Amino acid sequence: MAVQKLPLAKALNESLRTALENDPKVLIMGEDVGKLGGVFRVTDGLQKDFGEDRVIDTPLAESGIVGTAIGLALRGYRPVLEIQFDGFVFPAYDQIVTQLAKMHARALGKIKLPVVVRIPYGGGIGAVEHHSESPEALFAHVAGLKVVSPSTPSDAYWMLQQAIQSDDPVVFFEPKRRYWDKGEVDVDAIPGPLHAARTARPGTDLTLAAYGPMVKVCLEAAAAAEEEGKSVEVLDLRSMSPIDFDAIQRSVEKTGRLVVVHEAPVFYGSGAEVAARITERCFYSLESPVLRVGGFHAPYPPARLEEEYLPGLDRVLDAVDRALAY
Amino acid sequence: MTVESTAARKPRRSGAAGKRTGAAKKQQSPQASEPQLVQLLTPEGERVEHPECDIELSAQELRGLYRDMVLTRRFDAEATALQRQGELGLWASLLGQEAAQIGSGRALRDDDYVFPTYREHGVAWCRGVDPTNLLGMFRGVNHGGWDPNTNNFQLYTIVIGSQTLHATGYAMGVAKDGADSAVIAYFGDGASSQGDVAEAFTFSAVYNAPVVFFCQNNQWAISEPTEKQTRVPLYKRAEGFGFPGVRVDGNDVLACLAVTRWALERARRGEGPTLIEAFTYRMGAHTTSDDPSRYRHDDERLAWEAKDPIQRLRAHLEAAGHADEAFFTALEEESDTLAKRVREAVRAMPDPDDMAIFENVYADGHALVDEERAQFAAYQASFAEEGN
Repeated sequence: MAVQKLPLAKALNESLRTALENDPKVLIMGEDVGKLGGVFRVTDGLQKDFGEDRVIDTPLAESGIVGTAIGLALRGYRPVLEIQFDGFVFPAYDQIVTQLAKMHARALGKIKLPVVVRIPYGGGIGAVEHHSESPEALFAHVAGLKVVSPSTPSDAYWMLQQAIQSDDPVVFFEPKRRYWDKGEVDVDAIPGPLHAARTARPGTDLTLAAYGPMVKVCLEAAAAAEEEGKSVEVLDLRSMSPIDFDAIQRSVEKTGRLVVVHEAPVFYGSGAEVAARITERCFYSLESPVLRVGGFHAPYPPARLEEEYLPGLDRVLDAVDRALAY
Repeated sequence: MTVESTAARKPRRSGAAGKRTGAAKKQQSPQASEPQLVQLLTPEGERVEHPECDIELSAQELRGLYRDMVLTRRFDAEATALQRQGELGLWASLLGQEAAQIGSGRALRDDDYVFPTYREHGVAWCRGVDPTNLLGMFRGVNHGGWDPNTNNFQLYTIVIGSQTLHATGYAMGVAKDGADSAVIAYFGDGASSQGDVAEAFTFSAVYNAPVVFFCQNNQWAISEPTEKQTRVPLYKRAEGFGFPGVRVDGNDVLACLAVTRWALERARRGEGPTLIEAFTYRMGAHTTSDDPSRYRHDDERLAWEAKDPIQRLRAHLEAAGHADEAFFTALEEESDTLAKRVREAVRAMPDPDDMAIFENVYADGHALVDEERAQFAAYQASFAEEGN
């Protein structure tokens, strides 16, 4: 059946399975991705069906995972890596930033690095320290990397397909608190471009731009605003590098107001980049300053405080009200 | 070969060196405090035997190794001079490490793959990489730029130790492909402290990857001596990871060739990784920006000068009658020709086009790069218009 209703994690699992079936060069690598199927079961059953040679349990060494994946990519493989949690990526940050992102340019284009780094990210699952972070801006800042994040099971399936097919390294941020949310996935669909934004809900008074786990919150905020007679458009950015500024511009030229929402700290976050560029592009269309809603400039708090830390419905609506008050 | 050879070396029973010395039963006892290293050619140029690791080379092959070392040194000296003349921004000299690089480099097959640091000019030479290709990054016209797959010689890696993981991954791929090629990763005593090197050892051991870790211990990581990196001889690190480690006289091109060949064969046979510690000396500065007089004594350098890799092979060639004066004279001329060619190529090396900034950032393109390229092009063009 072409259209299935799947949880987001299962959609990723199906996407990996499809990639392994379609291309013998695709490899899965990571900690506990084999028999366990990954701590979130995204690779569940893959080692059983494709063998230990293609679904590889690695030593617990993130730099080693990315560094050896670079070597495998240079040999012609297409490794898809799982970093177990967002906060564990930093031992690999050097290999990602210093090597993976730059080797194509270093070789004047003569080599390609088709490596996907999957990272479950974001909070909201009551975890201990280092398991709830949103470090996407740290990667989007680096030329040579592409950075994306799906918000729906359908995008999870298709964006991962496209990321694996990309000849560029892609950091693939998975909204871990949405792993269990179900949605329709059409595996026979013809997907749109990987780096295009998607209008998740049309509106006329204000644009909410978000990605990953915050798209759902923004849709809820838009629904609540509608009850108060406000028409809020929700853009799912999907890609943090590149960012589909054209789509945001089109929306803002229509609504005149923009609020960018992400879990990551606001300071130097992707919202800052969107605000700056859209202010430049849409100066005469804007009815209010571009506002941002996100995390604070503080370490991600203990789980008992994360409800306060994470931008929820009320904080998004507060920003909507402030923008509309101009 | 055992991990740490304890057997004393014996002089060869045949061969010119033996004849010259009257087949003397010379035995060199290792210094008490230093582990034994594999040596086949003494600093005086005497051919000695190693019970587990030996090599038979024709006179022509020996002359070939000598030529490689001389030309590499001449190229290196020319690059240093070009830096002093302002033609290069920086140069990392390999002076003193010619035997380690030529010996290991000539052990490789064409289908083997090299992952170098930024000082492997001799290995590059062995792979057939044109020396002028190495100078682009030091002149500042590119960051490397050669096609690694043309000579199976990866781009120079500046960040210390990173490439040992790439080599390991590549070797894992070789094994997956069922090929019998081997991979060699170069690094130094300083890099041995990097986590990436430890992780490369772990991954290569766990996956039994066909990789040789070739550590040129040149005694100095810029200003820090090896004692600041390790309490044990570096080759012993391998034991804890479960594969063999060998220390070889890094100024002995024959020993480096023999030991590397042995390690590569192990890799091909599916016996996994090997660590080779080539015990050598950085005769020059770390780079042209460095000033070794601030941290090390000249007498140390002088002591190593007596172990010069090129002189000892020359002594052997002469004593054995493997090369005559005409050979050395011709080689001198070839060196000068090479230097001239390099000099002219560097001076003629054009600066890249301004727009090269935006090229090859991504393989599949990127909207922001396209936008910034267009903006910058328009900005540049605005000056041209004003000039009209």
